[in-house]
Amino acid sequence: MSLENSVGLVAPQRFCHNAPLALKGGGCLPSFELVYETYGTLNASRSNAVLVCHALSGSHHVAGIHAGNPGSVGWWDNLVGPGKPLDTRKFFVIGVNNLGGCYGSTGPLSLNPETGKRYGADFPLITVEDWVAAQSKLADHLGIDTWAAIIGGSLGGMQAIEWSLQFPERIRHAVAIASAPKLSAQNIAFNEVARQAILSDPEFHGGHYADHGVVPTRGLRLARMIGHITYLSDDQMDEKFGRQLRNGEHSFSFGVDFEIESYLRHQGDKFAGFFDANTYLLTTKALDYFDPAYAYDGNLSAALARAKASFLVASFTTDWRFSPARSREIVFALTHNRRRVAYAEIDCDAGHDSFLLDDPHYHAVLRAYLENIKV
Amino acid sequence: MTHGKLHGTGMNPLTAKERERFDFAVIANWIAAGEHVLDLGCGDGRLLRYLNENKGITGYGVEIDDNSVLGCIRNGIDVIQIDIEGGLSGFEDKSFSHAIISQALQAMHSTERILGEMLRVAGEAIVSFPNFAYRVNREAIAAGHMPVSEDLPYEWYDTPNVRFFTIVDFEALCDKLNIEILERLAFDVFGQPVTDDPNLNGSLAFYRLARKA
Repeated sequence: MSLENSVGLVAPQRFCHNAPLALKGGGCLPSFELVYETYGTLNASRSNAVLVCHALSGSHHVAGIHAGNPGSVGWWDNLVGPGKPLDTRKFFVIGVNNLGGCYGSTGPLSLNPETGKRYGADFPLITVEDWVAAQSKLADHLGIDTWAAIIGGSLGGMQAIEWSLQFPERIRHAVAIASAPKLSAQNIAFNEVARQAILSDPEFHGGHYADHGVVPTRGLRLARMIGHITYLSDDQMDEKFGRQLRNGEHSFSFGVDFEIESYLRHQGDKFAGFFDANTYLLTTKALDYFDPAYAYDGNLSAALARAKASFLVASFTTDWRFSPARSREIVFALTHNRRRVAYAEIDCDAGHDSFLLDDPHYHAVLRAYLENIKV
Repeated sequence: MTHGKLHGTGMNPLTAKERERFDFAVIANWIAAGEHVLDLGCGDGRLLRYLNENKGITGYGVEIDDNSVLGCIRNGIDVIQIDIEGGLSGFEDKSFSHAIISQALQAMHSTERILGEMLRVAGEAIVSFPNFAYRVNREAIAAGHMPVSEDLPYEWYDTPNVRFFTIVDFEALCDKLNIEILERLAFDVFGQPVTDDPNLNGSLAFYRLARKA
């Protein structure tokens, strides 16, 4: 990795919240920990803090690299750094691993203080609202009263929206990229297939696989393969893989013939090697449940009425997982409330995953919007 | 063709920049302070910025072009990137005081639909367009050429305009669409108001429109 415009070496920090957190789905966590990273410097007036929210498989490691591991580039390193669209010379940027995650924050892999064993399947279901509530405790701890901006793609964008609803006074700008105000039936269907892949893996053991010293890798692998199909566009998949053969000929077997099969298997194997199955399950459920309009008879405009932040909403033309139409729902719910909102529909062929890439126009839009934020 | 001094008046046509300010001033004159407005085909948001600075308006621009959208965001303008040709269905009825389309209607195909949508989402519409029947344009046609003038500054092969119409034509369409013309202003290329035969002497036309009761 080139260290040019990189935040360079970064190290995760740990925040311990030693008080109970009541959860939306019932129950509470007696205490919790969040792992986070920061880039840049909090200014004297504490007005330049930006929270980056991660999506399904992301983490607190947004930018830079970890010592001794040059390959450990943060997942949004192309966006965050000195001189980059989210400029760390101006902003104090924070990445946090969400509650229920598997990168060090309190989650299914953590020890349950009541049993002394890993939570596993006993970890409570966490919602987007709970993530935001936990993030707010971290903000309190860091002395950040108001975020200059909260930014996220996909599920990360939902957290930015939720912040604007749960803490309207604490967020000045919300940036929701390739996001949606709720999942469609098709979105939930894909999540359910992914969950069933994990739940039906013989090594799942009701979620207590750790007690058995195993991991439901087959289920996780399948879940990731399904997910990956929805992250890419049909066109891009065709362009990248087409019907290319792995070994130049048809094998007339169930082995890998086509490059796309090889790619999906590789992605699945890689993911199953490090991601926790219980975290996957609860994160997809958090996605399914997110629906701010639910309490307003499905009226998103009514739900967003209490938001005060200015919004930037961006979508990608080839994203069929959270299509531009889903972003427009957010936009028009905001215009109905006369909230400040800019909406860019970015012509990019990479589907849902475009939000992680560095399409020049996409980055120019983000840069322009972020440059105008006063700190 | 280019304009020099015309008709022996000794006046020079407005420069592009002067014309823009002039257009903005005419439109601003029809906007009350603090209104909520929608600007269709808003470019890089200059008109909205002008109206915000001079009239304290709020509102949104609508634009399809990527670079214009980027320009709006740079200018701090709330732009919504959608295709106006597909209608304005995201915006609710009468959610704006004015819907404006400033010298952009001639570049769109769905003329009737757009006018109808403007008067659905706003109480009044403001439309400005270059008058194809302006004397200079007629002279160009008479001389065998498609007109290129101050307000129609493109060659036929690279014009973004797809609808060529005149003051008389536009008013006939308004009548057909049950649209009431509340006010009309026409100006020549010097920025002087035209009252005598505006379809011949007006280069640029401005309308304030409402739905007929």
